[in-house]
Amino acid sequence: MDKRTTHHEVLAELRSGMTIGIGGWGSRRKPMSLVRAIASSDLQDLTVVSFGGPDVGILCATNKIKKLVYGFVSLDSIPLEPHFRAARQAGAIDIMELDEGMMQWGLYAASIRLPFLPTRAGLGSDVMRMNPQLETVQSPYDDGETLVAMPALNLDVALVHVNRADERGNGKVLGPDVYFDDLFCGAAKLAFMSCEGLVDNGKILEPDISRLSTHGVVVAPHGAHFTECPPDYGLDEAFQKRYAASAKNPELWQAFRAR
Amino acid sequence: MSDATATQVCIVAAAEAFRGDGEILASPMGDVPSRGAALAEATFAPDLMIEYVRYRRIFDIVWAGKRHVMMGASQLDRFGNQNISCIGDVAAPKVQLLGVRGAPGNTINHTTSYWIPKHTRRVFVDKVDVVCGVGYDRAAELGEVAARFHEIRCVISDLGVFDFQTPNRAMRLVSVHPGVEVEQVRDNTGFDLVIADDVPTTRLPTAAELALLRETSP
Repeated sequence: MDKRTTHHEVLAELRSGMTIGIGGWGSRRKPMSLVRAIASSDLQDLTVVSFGGPDVGILCATNKIKKLVYGFVSLDSIPLEPHFRAARQAGAIDIMELDEGMMQWGLYAASIRLPFLPTRAGLGSDVMRMNPQLETVQSPYDDGETLVAMPALNLDVALVHVNRADERGNGKVLGPDVYFDDLFCGAAKLAFMSCEGLVDNGKILEPDISRLSTHGVVVAPHGAHFTECPPDYGLDEAFQKRYAASAKNPELWQAFRAR
Repeated sequence: MSDATATQVCIVAAAEAFRGDGEILASPMGDVPSRGAALAEATFAPDLMIEYVRYRRIFDIVWAGKRHVMMGASQLDRFGNQNISCIGDVAAPKVQLLGVRGAPGNTINHTTSYWIPKHTRRVFVDKVDVVCGVGYDRAAELGEVAARFHEIRCVISDLGVFDFQTPNRAMRLVSVHPGVEVEQVRDNTGFDLVIADDVPTTRLPTAAELALLRETSP
């Protein structure tokens, strides 16, 4: 099966109101070329699930997000993402703020077709207060322990970026961390994976993302820019600084987008 | 020994936080905690694990409790509740910060310490705006079973070392750093710290520790 596709064709699969999961973590290996395609589109009212970085910032700045599911949003070397901050301080987006491990658990539950998975994470914290829809569940066994029932984070679409992929949709991360990209793909009805480069079928011996979980492969060299994609390239710190500075006022942001 | 810097005193205090932990993952966040954990591993805590762990494995370790994290805090209160999420109304905050990150899962599952580079009343507040890291009062409300893995080992700031070894688990001053007055700590804390009549001074690095620190510091 040849899953090669284009940014344009991926966009054609997306609808306003969809729940879109974005892989990577902070300013690390984010599918930025796919995110920019969404930012430039007519899509609206998206629910975005992300361990957020500039992907969330750009989508906040272009008013694409109705609701954000996240544990944090950060640019790593610039701890506070300015476009996300502005959106939050304006009360512009609905949120579901979760512990990072709860997010992993929600994606995992979705990927194995369970409605929820029990966890201790969240108990005693204001995650429970900020998310009144979260329920607890009591162990049916002798311990009778009360745990948080982390609901499945089902996604319509997942977008991830990897170093190498093959036409069949196997993905390989050559950098230090896969983050949760495999879970994002597993949790989604449609998973699109951009890559720095394609390799022949049969060359990826232990895929980090299985072809069982992906539907489209987009060849996108520098597709994670300005975020890092080691070993292919590091974070473009100078570019990130200019991006962060662009949040100061609308004129700066328009000028940044025009470049 | 007498020419140790203020930062080096804090690094040693951070190292001491990991003493006796045995074979667990140390997750220090920030420069002083990282150098502290590295110093501990190089000296009195050789079984400490300080290497990078991929995120797919991290929460297995967190939830198994085989970890001691040293986090920062935008706000930290009397019972050790920590806030890194936002200040003000959660729906439209006055100041948006990071988000809860891993603080809820960390604090309910394993030992947690805090490093506060600048000890001020803005950080050391009576009650945090958002409870990300669970403190002792919230843990007590959950009951003994749910809170059985909860432990805040210590808080280290640029003024001193603190812990919660008091009858009601309110924060107490354990030691002041060399050159710091107890009054300074009181004045810069937004709640009543438990303070003994005689407060010791945070220990200085040993000669061997200083040598190691200088080796690894540019």
